[in-house]
Amino acid sequence: MMSRKKRRLWIVIACGIGLSTAVALMLFAFRSSLSFFMSPEQVAARHPPPGRVFRLGGIVQANTVVMGTRNGAPYTTFRITDGRASIPVVYTGVLPGLFRQGQGVVTIGAMAKGDSEFMASTVLAKHGADYMPRDVEMALRKAGKWNPKFGPPPNAGAWDDKSPAQIEASNNG
Amino acid sequence: MSVSRRMLFGLPLLVVGAGGVGFYELLRRMRTGSYNPQAFDNPLVGHDVPDFTLPGVNGRKGFDKPVLAAQKRPVLVNFFASWCVPCAGEAPYLDRLAKAGVDIWGIAYQDKPEAIALYLAKYGNPYARLATDPSGRTAINWGVYGVPESFLIAPGGKVVWHIAAPLVPEIIDDQLRPAMQRLT
Amino acid sequence: MIPTLGNFALALALAIAVAQSVIGIAGPMLRDRLILRTAPALAISQFVMLGLSFLALVWAGVVSDFTVRNVAEYSSSTTPLLYRITGTWGNHDGSILLWCLILSLCGATVGAFGNSIPTSLRSRVLGVLGLISAGFMAFVIAVSNPFARIWPPPLHGAGVNPILQDPGLAVHPPILYTGYVGFSIAFAFAVAALIEGRVDAAWGRWVRPWALVSWLFLTCGICFGSLWSYYTLGWGGYWFWDPVENVALLPWLTGTALIHSAIVVEKREALKTWSVLLAIATFSLSLCGTFLVRSGLLNSVHAFSASPAQGLFILVLLALTIGGSLLLFAFRAPALAASGVFAPVSREGALILNNIFLCIIAAVVFTGTMYPPFLDLLFNRQISVGAPFYDQTVLPLTAPLILAMAVGPMMSWKRAVLLPALTKLWFGAVVALIVFGAFILRGHFVAALGLAGAVWVMIGALIDLAERVRLFRVPLRQSFARLFTIPRAAIGASLGHLGFGIAVLGIAGMSLQVHTIRVLNPGQSIDLGGYNWKLISIAPAKGANYAAREATIEVTRNGHFVEMMHPETRFFTNQKVKTVAAAISTNGVRNLFATFAGDNDSGGGEFRFNIHPLAPEIWLGGLIMALGGAISLTDRRFRVGAPVRNRLRRPSGSATV
Repeated sequence: MMSRKKRRLWIVIACGIGLSTAVALMLFAFRSSLSFFMSPEQVAARHPPPGRVFRLGGIVQANTVVMGTRNGAPYTTFRITDGRASIPVVYTGVLPGLFRQGQGVVTIGAMAKGDSEFMASTVLAKHGADYMPRDVEMALRKAGKWNPKFGPPPNAGAWDDKSPAQIEASNNG
Repeated sequence: MSVSRRMLFGLPLLVVGAGGVGFYELLRRMRTGSYNPQAFDNPLVGHDVPDFTLPGVNGRKGFDKPVLAAQKRPVLVNFFASWCVPCAGEAPYLDRLAKAGVDIWGIAYQDKPEAIALYLAKYGNPYARLATDPSGRTAINWGVYGVPESFLIAPGGKVVWHIAAPLVPEIIDDQLRPAMQRLT
Repeated sequence: MIPTLGNFALALALAIAVAQSVIGIAGPMLRDRLILRTAPALAISQFVMLGLSFLALVWAGVVSDFTVRNVAEYSSSTTPLLYRITGTWGNHDGSILLWCLILSLCGATVGAFGNSIPTSLRSRVLGVLGLISAGFMAFVIAVSNPFARIWPPPLHGAGVNPILQDPGLAVHPPILYTGYVGFSIAFAFAVAALIEGRVDAAWGRWVRPWALVSWLFLTCGICFGSLWSYYTLGWGGYWFWDPVENVALLPWLTGTALIHSAIVVEKREALKTWSVLLAIATFSLSLCGTFLVRSGLLNSVHAFSASPAQGLFILVLLALTIGGSLLLFAFRAPALAASGVFAPVSREGALILNNIFLCIIAAVVFTGTMYPPFLDLLFNRQISVGAPFYDQTVLPLTAPLILAMAVGPMMSWKRAVLLPALTKLWFGAVVALIVFGAFILRGHFVAALGLAGAVWVMIGALIDLAERVRLFRVPLRQSFARLFTIPRAAIGASLGHLGFGIAVLGIAGMSLQVHTIRVLNPGQSIDLGGYNWKLISIAPAKGANYAAREATIEVTRNGHFVEMMHPETRFFTNQKVKTVAAAISTNGVRNLFATFAGDNDSGGGEFRFNIHPLAPEIWLGGLIMALGGAISLTDRRFRVGAPVRNRLRRPSGSATV
């Protein structure tokens, strides 16, 4: 049986080997799989190479969403904008329920060959624990976010007379 | 008991302490707005305002980018609308800011002249200058996706701060004031 | 009225907790027997008060008392009764109150059932628990009080988040929190031992059942959380390496290391420093997790409504708890008696290796989770770390663990020879190699490795059990009888390892999944994975507070009927939110998974179909692990004062426990 000191040395060596393996794996993983986030303006400026996976986030530009089917599978094209540039995105699959025009999304994917479109493999729309969907009623109660999809804003002149129920009725009608 | 062995026992405490300092700093930055993991960063922050020209409303003159960039003092650009209830909520605080000497320029988003006039008559007019963006296209160029939103523009036209929420006192004290102080 | 009483009960509980902490920690120094007996009574009354407070909040939810702001914001009169009750903990303030309740339950349990622990140690343990309780209750009352009132009350509440309106909400948070918070007991034992300046074999024996209970609940909690996201989120994913999931995994990893090293403390009086540090670390990670999730520091799809002010309070609590305990550790731990002697190749050595690897994996997960905010802090760069990072780091690091898991139980204490231990496992090695070869030939490299590893662990666990009952070496009837006389902890350990192997089997199987997305009209069908999926109809349906569109899918295989599946999309009228309810069909070894995304214009709809091989095994494995832990707890050594009957004749030279 070896002395305590020698055994301690073995333990330290084992820890060292384990740690260096872990660090090496991490460095390798960081280099190859960190998905960097780019906005449309950065994409337009930097032209990431086709096939390189990254996250593209921005606002879904209103009136650019086109849905169709390709080989029986549903696909959607739309443009993501950050106000300075807009990138066309193609997504094959089922869009999340929170996806709406004029709202923020994050997509993961890569540029197609020819640098023309962003082929998205995932589309994410976020939500928080207190569900605050961006529709007119909640917008008027909380933070004033208005979704263009729900039609033109109500006339402010008649505003103060309406009760919450009347506002809701006029928005749904 | 060797010194190095004693130090080894203190190592966890040191690591945790460093982490704690880091967390505290992150929290502090969240309060001032310079770190926001949930946000959709407005891409304009740190850049110049985009080119734009907006007409005035109800007899007033609008403004455009050159005029804004030529200002010698910081300008708070506030996107609002008459049909937006929280805008009415932040109106008294904007009034207070204007009276304290802050230059506030307003942009009415997707609104009608009569409605704007009614709104300003009712809630007060804190705006040194007022323009209107009926189509909302300029707002898109600014990265606005709802109202109210406010931007702090430094002299020369660079956007240094942005908030996508009503300017309530906590935000004014925690974020806007430090941002303005950084400019002076 | 009742919410006010609830608030009062909460304040009273805080006062009791403060008293408990003072009396608990200072008591042993005064050597007054009466004072020493007060701490358990205080712990139990603290729990009673918190129980009443919690019940008051639940009552407010049940009767839809909208003067309580928490109820107005997170419940409504149209919410079904089950979710009016369980929605109490479906939001930040209510869930922190649940946290406090469970913390006080831990103290009450130690007070009521810890009679075999020496009085002074128990008193200190209760004192530490009281201190932590007091901190959290102060947080609730000061910054996050669920009993805050609003006037006038709104007519309707905002309603429970639709995604949370699921029986899972009733089950997942309480179980998970019991796991998280339960490790406070092991933590308190560690701190109390450091205060006393003594860690011995008895300490190991007392800590282990409390750590096992917490570990068991945490395993179930994580398992159930994964199952819940699997059937709720509609993508068929079960683990996303989301920061909130990672912060639940971290204490599980160190907790597993703790229950293993507590064994060594108990049997060999070794690894004391390590065990104390692990006990502190596990609860510290639980606390860190609470902090990270509720402060809003981490960007996650599970985001709790957060505020930096609350985050700051919790950070201070963390600094005091973790900093205080580690300071104590730095000063007192070096004085702990030096460990017993053993060779590197021995069961102790294997357990040390196990600890090292579990802790390294925990460190990697922690780094991945904290990398984005700290990179932003130090270098002002925004990045995000996702599943690919963890797949490339954690999965390779589990390989040595899997290999060692089968070998460790074969080794004897103090000094073992490796070759005989490995030879006993020949059967497992052979089957694993066959499985590996079979899947490599089909081109599935990752699945081959995973399945082979899983089989190795599963057979190793069974061989361990077989060795103990001397299967094939004594008459079968005697082996069977031995099953009831060997220590239950041994059965528990085998089951635990078996469960882990089964879970790995499921995870590896999921890597072989197939899926497709299609637009189908009624009458159309597609083929996937040997099954034929046919859309029969789409019709409206209705739930308690939602309207739905329900699709009917007929699944057949080779012409034989398999299942009718009914995926739905649901529209919740109160929040105007649309969710997807997946249809899952299981036969124990594979899952069929169908989601319906919405109608198209021609009477049909968009569908996503998946086949998940071996998916049920993921959660079955987790449950079996927890079952192993539960069986270990029934070991007679953990029961109060039961004499150990020496029924077995001791054979020599073999691995005994």
